Amino acid sequence: MKETIRFRLNGQPKTLKTDGDRKLLWVLRTDLGLTGTKYGCGESLCGSCTVIVDGEAVRTCQLPMSAVQGKEVITIEGLAEGNAIHPLQEEFANRGALQCGFCTPGMIMNAYGLLLANKRPSRGEIVEGMEENLCRCGAHQRIVEAIEAASRRV
Amino acid sequence: MTIRDFSAEEMLREQMGRLPTTDEANPSTLGTLDRRQFLKAVGGGIVVLVAMGDPGGSVVEAQGMGYPEDFNAYLRIGKDGRVTVFSGKIEMGQGTMTSLAQMAAEELGVSLQRIDMIMGDTDLCPYDRGTWGSMSTRFFGPAVRAAAAKAREVLLDLASQRLGEPIDRLKLKDGVITSLTDRSRIVTYAELAGGEPIAHTIDREAVLKSVREFKTMGVPTKRLDALDKVTGKAKYAGDIQLPGMLHARQLRPPAHSSELRSVDTSKAEEVPGVVIVNQDGLVAALHEDPEQAELSLGLIEADWQTPEPHVDETTIWDYLRSKDPGGEPDDVRGSVEAGAKLSAERFSHAYHDGYVAHAPIETHTATATVQDGKVTLWVSTQSPFGNQATVAEALGIPKAEVRVITPYVGGGFGGKSTAHQATEAARLTRIVGRPVQVAFTRAEEFFYDTFQPASFIEIDSGLDSEGRISLWDYHVYFAGDRGAEQLYDVPNSQIVVHSQGWRAPGVHPFATGAWRAPGANTNIFAKESQIDVMAAAAGADPIEFRLRNTKDKRLRSVLEAVAEAYGWEPQSAPSGRGLGVACGIDAGTYVAHIVEVVVDRTTGKVQVKRVVCAQDMGLVVNPDGAKMQMEGCITMGLGYAFSENLRFRGGEILDKNFDTYEIPRFSWVPKIETVLVSNDELDPQGGGEPAIVCMGGAIANAIHDATGARLFHLPMTPKRVLEALARLPDFDG
Repeated sequence: MKETIRFRLNGQPKTLKTDGDRKLLWVLRTDLGLTGTKYGCGESLCGSCTVIVDGEAVRTCQLPMSAVQGKEVITIEGLAEGNAIHPLQEEFANRGALQCGFCTPGMIMNAYGLLLANKRPSRGEIVEGMEENLCRCGAHQRIVEAIEAASRRV
Repeated sequence: MTIRDFSAEEMLREQMGRLPTTDEANPSTLGTLDRRQFLKAVGGGIVVLVAMGDPGGSVVEAQGMGYPEDFNAYLRIGKDGRVTVFSGKIEMGQGTMTSLAQMAAEELGVSLQRIDMIMGDTDLCPYDRGTWGSMSTRFFGPAVRAAAAKAREVLLDLASQRLGEPIDRLKLKDGVITSLTDRSRIVTYAELAGGEPIAHTIDREAVLKSVREFKTMGVPTKRLDALDKVTGKAKYAGDIQLPGMLHARQLRPPAHSSELRSVDTSKAEEVPGVVIVNQDGLVAALHEDPEQAELSLGLIEADWQTPEPHVDETTIWDYLRSKDPGGEPDDVRGSVEAGAKLSAERFSHAYHDGYVAHAPIETHTATATVQDGKVTLWVSTQSPFGNQATVAEALGIPKAEVRVITPYVGGGFGGKSTAHQATEAARLTRIVGRPVQVAFTRAEEFFYDTFQPASFIEIDSGLDSEGRISLWDYHVYFAGDRGAEQLYDVPNSQIVVHSQGWRAPGVHPFATGAWRAPGANTNIFAKESQIDVMAAAAGADPIEFRLRNTKDKRLRSVLEAVAEAYGWEPQSAPSGRGLGVACGIDAGTYVAHIVEVVVDRTTGKVQVKRVVCAQDMGLVVNPDGAKMQMEGCITMGLGYAFSENLRFRGGEILDKNFDTYEIPRFSWVPKIETVLVSNDELDPQGGGEPAIVCMGGAIANAIHDATGARLFHLPMTPKRVLEALARLPDFDG
C-alpha cells in the first residue's frame, strides 16, 4: 500500500509516495538512482548495502521504507563534504584498502558508523566492528589500517 | 520440457572460446573498412601507421592468437593531450587498469595522469580471450608497451619534421617535445595529432625503456580506480540504469538435473506492471521494481522432476574414482622402480579436496538493450569477447551486432569467465522490447557457479639414506596439472594427470571451472604436505630440507628470502611452534610462505597469526599493486584452507548464501608481510594468483608443527582438525 514517506537523504529532505514494505536498498538504487549502495546477498549477511540511518550503520537489503520515516539517511554518495571526500574515503583510496571495490561502499559506511559510536577504536574493536562485512578480494588488512588512520583524523 | 540449464560443456565452450579468424580477431587492424569503423568508433585523434613486429610465440600461445600489430588498436591521443588506452583485459580488482596505464605512460613518455583507460568494450578494444591466468601484465603488457613505444618513436619522428631538428636534438617530457637547440620551440603530442588521422611510418624498431630509465613503471602507484570506488561513483553492470528498464527474475530448477514438467504463470500475471515471459526455455517475471519481479516469480507455480541424488560432498571421491579416465605419465625422470629400490623409507598418502565456490560479492549481472538494431550489454564478465560470441550465437546474429561493455567487475577469480546471464538478458530484452537487467541473486550465484572441482591426489614418495628425495610417483585426479610439476631435484619421478582437471565435462554433478590458480591450490597442498612429511621423517628443518633438494635458483631465493623476512630459526617438525612452510611456482612466479598458527585442541579451531610471503615475479610494474594481490591471495586462501567446501545432494546446491558457505572474515586475517624478491632481468610474470597456491600446504604443515597431527583433507575444518588430533597415538583429549 502506498504511503507518504518523508526522510532526509544525504542532507536533503525527501518525500516519496511508495509502498512502505519496499526495501530501502532498491528504492535507493532504482527510484533515486543512488547505485553506490550494493546488493550482495539480500539477507543482511555481507554488508555491501550498508548505509547510515540516524547515526547507525544499517543494512538496507531488508530494511523497509517505513522504517526510515522521519529518519536521517546517509549513503556513500553523501559522505563527501563539498569537494572534500571524507577521511575514511581518502584513507581507503590512499592505502589501497579495496580491490574490486564492490564491498567498499558498505565497508566505508559500516566504518563510518563504527567511528560515530567509537571515535578511537582499537585494532581489535575495528576487527570486531567490521566482522560482519565481507570482502572476497582480501583487502582486510588494509581496510583495518585505513579505518585506524581515518579515526585519528575525524 | 527442459528449462534452460548451463551444462558443463557450454561453460567450457565459452571459457575456451572458439578460435576466431584473423579478421574477427583484429577488428581494429588497419584493413580499410575496419579502420574506418575503428576511427568512427573512437572519434578523431592521431592514427599512426607503423609496422609492429611479431608479438612473440608465447603471446600467441597464451592468447590463442596474436594481439593486433597496429598500435592504434591500443591507444589514441586526443586533441586535449589525453591518452586513451584500449584494453581487452578488464578490471575486476586485480589492478590491471593501473599497471597497464603505467606501462603505456612509461613507454609513451607521458605522465600517468594523462592516461584514460577503456577496458573490455568489444567495439573499442583489441580482441582478447579473457582476463584470467595472471596473463594481463605478462602477455598483454608487452603488447601495450610495444605499442606505446612505437607510438613514441613515430611521434618523435613527426616532431623532428615539424621542428626541423634531428631526433637526438629533441627532448620529450610528458607529451611535450622541446628542441634542445632552441628551447622556445616546442610541439606537443596533442598538436601532432591535430584532430586528424595521421598515417606515418618509420622503418626502425622502437626500443623499450630499460629499468634504469623507468619513471612510472616499477614505482608503487595508487590505484587509478580508487577514487571512483570509495565515492560510490564506480559503475558495475547492475548500476547501469536505463529508462524503462525491467528487472528480470527467472524460474530456476531446484537441482541441476531437474526437469520442468509443468508451469503455471497465471497468478504471477496478475501482479500490476509485471511482464511474464515463458518462451524458449526462459520463464521469467520482469518488473521495473526488482522486488515486484521477485514477488511475481514466487507466484509462478512449477512442477519439477528431480532424479534421486547419487552423490554428495561426503561420497564424491568414491564417485570420482569410478570415473577415473586414467592418465599418461608425464615429466618422467628415471623410473619409479629404480626410485623404489633407492629409497630407504617410503611414504604413501592420499590428499582430498572438495568443490569450492568463487563467491564474488558482485553476483553475475548483465544489463541489456537494443540500440539501432545492435544488442548492447553491460556485463560483469572476465571475457567480453567470448561473451559477445556466445550471445551472438545464442541470438543467431553476427557478432558485429552485439556489443559487450565491461564496466568495473566486482570480483571474478575465474568465476566470471562465463557470463550466461548476458545471454539471458539479451534474449529477454529482445522478447520484451525494453531494456532488461539480469542480476543473479546470491542463491543463483551459488547455483550457477563453475566450482573448483572436487579432486584427490595420491603420492608415493621415498627418501634415500642421506635424506634426499629418491622417489616421487604423483597421481592427480580431476584437479588438473597446474601446480603438479616436479619442484625438486628427484632422480626418479613421474606426474600422472588423470582427467584434464576442471575440464571434465559430464563427470561432475554441476559445472566446474577455473578457480583462482585452478588446480594449483590442491596440487600444492598435496605436494608441499608430502614434502613436509618427508622432512619431518628425515629429522630435517623444513626449509633446509627443501633447499637440500633443489638447485633451482629462483626457488632457493624465495625460500631464503621468506626465511630471512620471518626470522626463521631452523628446527625439525613438529617443533610445537606452529610454523609451516610451503613453496611453489605459478604463472611464471615463484612464491614461498611461512605461516604461524595456533591450534585450539579443544575446539579444533586454527587461528593463523602471521603469514610472511616472498615472491619473485620478475620485473614488477606496480609494487604496491603486486603486494595488494599477494595480500588478497593470502586472505582468500584462508577460505579454501579452513572452511570452503560446497555442500550438495546430486545436482542440488545446498549452500545458498554466506551463512552456511563461510568465506574469510576480518577476525581470520593474520598479520601479513610480503616481500618482493628483486629480479628485474626477468620480464614481468603473473601476480594475481601465485600467492594463493601455498596457503593450504603451509597451513597444514603449521598445524602439524604445532600438534604433530597431519591434515590430508581440504578444507581443514575444526572437525577434521579434531579427527587428526584424535589419530595421534598419545592424544589424550
